[in-house]
Formats: sequence, C-alpha cells, structure tokens
Amino acid sequence: MLNLSPDDIQAIKLSLQVAITATVIALPPGFAVAYLLALSNMRGKALLEGVINLPLVLPPVVTGYLLLLLFGRKGWIGELLDKFDIRIIFTLRGAVIASAVVGFPLLVRSIRIGMEGIDRQYIQASRTLGAKWWDTLFTITVPLCSRAILAGMTLMFARSLGEFGATIVLAGNIPGITQTIPLAIYEYTSTPGGDSMALSLCLISILLSFAVLLIGEAANRTLTGR
Amino acid sequence: MFLEVNVTKNFPGITCHAAFSLDNKQCGVFGPSGSGKSTLMHMLAGLLEPDSGYIRLNGRTLFDHEQRISLPPDQRRVGVVFQHAHLFPHLSVQRNLFYGMNRLPKEERNIDPDHLIKVLQIDKLLSRNVTKLSGGERQRVALGRTILACPQLILLDEPLSGLDGTLKYQIIPQLQQVFAEFSIPMLFISHSLQELRMMTQEVLVMHKGQLARQLATEELARTSFGTGGQGYTNLLHLEEMEDLGKLLRCRWGSIPMMLVKAPDQRPGEFALNGRDIILFKKHPDASSARNMLSCTVRRTYETDWLVGVELECQGCQGQSLIAEIVPQSVDELDIRPGSEVVAVFKASAFRRLY
Repeated sequence: MLNLSPDDIQAIKLSLQVAITATVIALPPGFAVAYLLALSNMRGKALLEGVINLPLVLPPVVTGYLLLLLFGRKGWIGELLDKFDIRIIFTLRGAVIASAVVGFPLLVRSIRIGMEGIDRQYIQASRTLGAKWWDTLFTITVPLCSRAILAGMTLMFARSLGEFGATIVLAGNIPGITQTIPLAIYEYTSTPGGDSMALSLCLISILLSFAVLLIGEAANRTLTGR
Repeated sequence: MFLEVNVTKNFPGITCHAAFSLDNKQCGVFGPSGSGKSTLMHMLAGLLEPDSGYIRLNGRTLFDHEQRISLPPDQRRVGVVFQHAHLFPHLSVQRNLFYGMNRLPKEERNIDPDHLIKVLQIDKLLSRNVTKLSGGERQRVALGRTILACPQLILLDEPLSGLDGTLKYQIIPQLQQVFAEFSIPMLFISHSLQELRMMTQEVLVMHKGQLARQLATEELARTSFGTGGQGYTNLLHLEEMEDLGKLLRCRWGSIPMMLVKAPDQRPGEFALNGRDIILFKKHPDASSARNMLSCTVRRTYETDWLVGVELECQGCQGQSLIAEIVPQSVDELDIRPGSEVVAVFKASAFRRLY
C-alpha cells in the first residue's frame, strides 16, 4: 500500500531529526523568554513579545528570506559563522533553524500562558522558605507549568514536521540532505506520475502528526494524574 | 526590641506607612481589608520593596533604603503562612513539610520535626496528597512547613479566615500550643478581633494604609466594641464540668457557672456576648437566669449608643466581664467606677468556641 523510495524514507528520517532538534534547541530559550514575559517586571515586554510573535504572522517565506539575509555569507551571523567554517544555507542546520524560528512563538506562547496561570503565592511561599530564585524555578515553577511546557513542545514539534516555506528558502530542497516530508510531497506534486508517491507521504505525515498528538495527550494525563 | 520597622510604600492614590518596634513575641496586625495589612506583610517578608525606611529583626538589617540593603526573601528568615495555605500541589505532605528545612544548613535546624508533627497532629497525613487534605489539615501542614524552616519571625496572613467557624476554633489551641512550645515570634494578621484576642497580647491597628495605633489586644477589644456590629465578646475559660442532670456546672477561675447541658463536656473556651448580660442594682428575688454574680464596676467605656461596663467579679481577682448597656440604664442605675451591681445571664448565653 505504501509506496516509499529510499529518498522518501530519508525524508521521513530528516523530518523527524529536524523536528526533534528544533524543539530541543528552542526549549531553553523559549522557556527563558516565557519566564521574562510572564513573571518578570522587565521593561519593553510588549516589544519583545512583538518580535517573538513575528514569525507567527509573517508568511513563512518572508521569515525564510529574512533568515537567508541573516545567515547568508554576507549576513551578520553568516559572516561570523563563516570564520569558523560553519555553513547554514542549504544544509540540515538551515532546516533546523528555519523550523526553530517558525515554531518558537508557539512554544513561548504556550509556556507563558501556563506560567501566568501559576498562583504567585506558590513562588512567594517557596522564596520565604529559603529557596533561591533558581531553586524556586526548578522545584516549583517548572513542575507547576509542566503541562504547558509539554503542550508547547507538542505544538512546536508538529509545526516543525510541517514546516515548508522558511525551510525551502533557507535550506533548499536537496533530496537526502535537506528534503523533509513536505518538501518531498511538493516535489512529487510537480512531477508527472508522482501522485501515488505524494499520497503515501501524506499518509505518513498524517500518521506522524497523529502519533505526536497521542503521545502528547498520554504524557499530559500522566502529569495530571500524579 | 526584636523587630524595628519604619517603612513607606507609595501606591497611586494611597501611601502605606508603618513605624513601630516590638518587644512582644505574640503580636497582631488588625484592620479591615484594604487597610495595608498585606502590604506591610509583603514588605517584611521581602516580597515587596518599600520606597524608604528600614526593617531590623533581632539587630539584623533586612532592609535599609539609605544603606541600600534589601535582603531577598530567602535570606530574611521571615516565614509566611498564607491565607489559603498554598501547599505545593505537586509535592506530598511530607515533602511540603521539609521543603524549607532541607534548604537550611544543618547547624541552623533548631526545631525537632518529630515533636512538631506530633503537636500539630499531622503524623497521619505525611504520605497523603496535599489536594486531598481538608482546610484545617492544610493550614496545619502549612504552619508546620513554615516553622520547620526555623524562621526568626512568622507572619500569619489571615490563616483562619479560610476555615469555617467550628474548625477555626479547633485549630486555635494548637496554634497557641505551637507558639508557646517553640517560642517563635509571630505577627498574626487578621481582620477578626476575636482571633487576635485569642492569639496575641499586643496589636498594631492599620487604617487606610497607616499604622494608627499600637496597644494591648484586650484594650482594643474593650475600646472598639461599639464600632463593630457584633459587640464585645467575653472569652471565658471554663473547666471542671459537672453534670447536674439538666444543667452543667463548671468553674470560671473560682466562680461557679451554670451552662445548658451539652454532649461535649470538656473544659474549653466559651464566648459570652456583652449584650447578654443584664445588670441589677440589687440581687433579684427570683429569676429564670441561672447565673448571678455580685460585681464591682471597674471602668466604663462609652461609645455613641452603648456603654461597656467592666465588672470585677467578687471573690475573683483579675478576672472581669464586660456588659453592654444603653446610656439611659447607666444614668438610672447610677453606674460609675466602684458601684456594686449584680450581673445576670442565662445558662444558654454561652457559646463554645473550642
């Protein structure tokens, strides 16, 4: 029933690799930004929030193009990375960065809402009991918003699996190197006779997304039930 | 002076200011909601930074605006028991209890946890989930958690107002015992004068953000009874209950009292409202009321519509009752300090608190 070429299997592997890496590397900064937005008295919160949420409202192609300008050989970061011989454009790293940037606002938003729901008196109680702020962060704040963190990670992972626009601009569509499932499907749809192959990958895509949701829900239940 | 405070915090439209020093280890903060009690508590605990002033606890500076000192909450050694306990919902009772103590250097742990757990009667709760505890249990665990962190001062922020009537009074003797046994200074924050009278000897009165008065709690109760709707409540510790068939005879100090029979015959704290006491100039011949005490008027407290008459009961030094009567009765009976009167009240006038 499933009609998969070795390139397709590689695309599935790459998709998972990109989604997992993007989610994992986005988590620490995502948590930090959510903490700043939800619990700190920092100035300029609105500005920070605007910048973080930009990828959510911009067309992904625009995000990809901005990233291309930033990470290209003449870009601010690209120039710096070039000195260390690190290339981003048209590599798997580019696909990870594109997914991480596009999924980042979803992660931050989810964690922020979870943190804002924590009664501040839990944090105050912890501090007056002698816990330093980082101690309170790891023993009280993180456990109390663990469900929100999980929800954010699930959302971001699913978003990364489906990321197309920014990825194709920043990482290109190179089979075996940067071609993830959506890019492979796109290529099949523009190839004569590629329909059945596209359909197989669509099915895989649906199954993967469904699995992510189920795993997320199961983990959520475990956290609620304890 | 173990606590010296002089703090100011400005909010839009209101300034909160309090300057006081305390010798007394069991002190209260009284005031209606919005009077600045919580602001004061937050400033003492380090959860809110005052705009100016200083806070010193046992000679240690916790906050000093001029010296730019402001210790974070975790270094203040000021414990807080919150109104709704706020036990950490993801930790067991046991882990909640030891949360503070585990963060304290071993040489500074001067409270025996086993003894405290016994006094608070929470030994059976240790393995329970905190979400399955009743209000009273939760509050006892919260108190235990705070005490085990070995603070130099405990702030209790309306700890009883989340509990219903009976439960509230059941927990008071335990609180009293804990603070007596472990002799930790406390600041009991409440809008209930009755709670403050049972828990504290001295009280700071907050009004519109300002510290209005600092006086003995009993003095506040006697002088402010006319302002509240409830009047003055006499608190009597009654003991040696004796079942007389249809009545209970008991003792208040050396004075015998009659009570309506009740299944609960333990000694305990009873409330007698000042409005339930009738004063007679002479001993009445016959009366349905079961309690008649010969008394001498010690003082009178006048408010707009009522007069509180403090009565010293004969044969019982130091103990007094306050009866509330109207000014006309004061004139007609010619009540003044030194007058002899008979205080009469019914056996059913008593209400058991705990």
